[in-house]
Formats: sequence, C-alpha cells, structure tokens
Amino acid sequence: MSAVVAYGLAGAGLVAVGLYALVVHEHLLRKILAINVVGNGVFLVIVAAAQRGPGVPDPVPHAMVLTGIVVAVSATALALALAVRVRDATGQPRLAVPADGTAEPSAGRPDGAAR
Amino acid sequence: MSRPEPVSAAVRSLAGLLALGLGTLVGWVVLTLPESTGLREAVAAQMDRSGVTHPVTAVLLNFRGYDTLLEVAVLLLALIGTWSLRLAPAERSPDRPGLVLRELVRLLVPLLVVIAGYLLWLGAHAPGGAFQAGALLAAAGVLLMLAEVRPLGRLSPAVLRLLAALGVAVFLAVALLVMVQGRLLEYPVAWAGGLILAIESAATVSIGLALAYLFLGDEPRVGSGRGRAG
Repeated sequence: MSAVVAYGLAGAGLVAVGLYALVVHEHLLRKILAINVVGNGVFLVIVAAAQRGPGVPDPVPHAMVLTGIVVAVSATALALALAVRVRDATGQPRLAVPADGTAEPSAGRPDGAAR
Repeated sequence: MSRPEPVSAAVRSLAGLLALGLGTLVGWVVLTLPESTGLREAVAAQMDRSGVTHPVTAVLLNFRGYDTLLEVAVLLLALIGTWSLRLAPAERSPDRPGLVLRELVRLLVPLLVVIAGYLLWLGAHAPGGAFQAGALLAAAGVLLMLAEVRPLGRLSPAVLRLLAALGVAVFLAVALLVMVQGRLLEYPVAWAGGLILAIESAATVSIGLALAYLFLGDEPRVGSGRGRAG
C-alpha cells in the first residue's frame, strides 16, 4: 500500500469519526470541531486523489483544497461566533430545546461571563 | 460536561452504523480510484501563459481565479457576519501580560512579518502565496493581541475596515479591468505575473487582518480603547 493510499484511507476514517461525533455530541463547540474533522478528512481524500500514478500530482485538486481550507476556517470562525451568541442568549451552549418546550430567558446565563 | 449525554443508545448506534458505512464507502472509493493524471497535462500545457511558474499558484490565481475571488469574498463575509453579531468584548485579564510573552512577541512578530513577505514572493515559483503569508500575519496579530500591544490601535475603525476589504476590492478591480481586452479574470499574458503579485499582496493584508479580527470576535470601535488588534 502506497503512502498516498494511506492518506486517502486516513481521510475516510476522519470522515467517519467526525460524522459520528457530529451526531452524538450536543455541545456546539464539539459539533463545530466534528465538522472540522469531517472537512479535513475530505481534504485528505482529495489531496490523495490528486496523486494517481507516477509523476508529480495534479495541481488542480491541491488548489481546490487550499481554497477549501480558507473557506472552512472562515465558516468555523463564524460558527464559533454564533455559538457564543447562542450561549449568551440562552445560557446554554447547545441548540436543544428544554423538555417543557420553553426557551430559557436571556437573563438565565449561569456563568455570568460574556465570553 | 457535568450533565449526562442525553443522546440515547439507539441514536448512538445508528450514528455509528452511518459513520462506519460512509467511512467504508469513502475508503472503498479511495482504493478503487483508477490511475489518472487528472488535469496535470492541461495545466502544464498552459503554464507559460500563466505569469507564474508554480502550478498550484497558476491554478489558484489564474486558471481558477474565480474560485479564489469568491474565497476571499467568503472570508470577508465571515468577518462581516461575526462583527454583525455584536459579541461582548473579551474580558480583559486584570494582570498585565507576563515578561516572557512580551519579549517573545517582540522577537517573533518582526520575524513573522518578514517570513510572510518571503512566502508571498515565493508563491510565484514554489509552495507559498497569499494565504500562507496572510495566516502568518494573522498569527503575528493574535500574538500582539495576547500581549496587549496595539501598533494598529491608532488607525481608525474605518481604515481597518477598508484594509479588510482591500483584497476583495483589488481582486475585483483587476478582474473587471482586464475585461477591456478580454473576458473576466483573463489576464493579458505579459501582465499576468504583475497582476497576480498585486492581487496576492492586497489579499495577504486582508487575510491577515480578517483572521486576526475573527480571533478577537468584536469589531473595532471608535475611542473604545479596546482596539487592541495587531
């Protein structure tokens, strides 16, 4: 098995691990991290797919991944800001609605800190 | 977390099966990919018209310049979106940053700026370019924020906003101006190298500023005394 195939399989593994974590974790920070793990798995698979056969790799997938990394970083930053806002507004770092169906008032911030 | 995970065992096993299935599928695709050179030959055939000698930079800034233009715009949008959330400013520690941090910043920041310039220049013929350089500038900015040094603190918020938008503005201006002779983002061969360097220089400044301010979270304000960005 060549190193390139190992990269591709590692990427597939990261996609699986990240998808599992995305579903089972409620905390928004964990969800954001999980999406990043999935995304990096996809990047690994694409970079591995750029090298199929002898010689230098195909530069187009590399450029795509470079673009993807910047977009992923931008989206992560915005997601983190939204998560902070959700916690400030509801006092909870998660999206789940409480069992009685009412959202908590914004005053109910248990830790008192803005960030 | 102190609270027990409310996700039930059924959901967990379903998610596990789903993840395992998807991972196996992607792994199988990786193992069965046919041998191919992809677009390597097509890129190589056009390299001497790209204005640069590194194929990834040629794809990023010339052949697929449209992707990169939108990517810089996405970064700016993320910054505008984050600022529009009006997060509370970060709590300032009552202690001053320690001596080690301050001295480390004094050593590292000039070095980071020089290496960023080097990577920007290197991008034309080797791995490097605007994004790598911008990331280093952002690292310098974050270090400055942590050390509570603010060399850009005296710039007005309007100037900082203009600098954050500079990359998109220059990229868009070049994209439109070359339409005089051709089509959107089709640089004249003789000018391609210079135009790419101009776009990348502007993008480096904007990327560094945007990433550093995304770290800070809140937007620069007039006279707040908290514009401690680098």
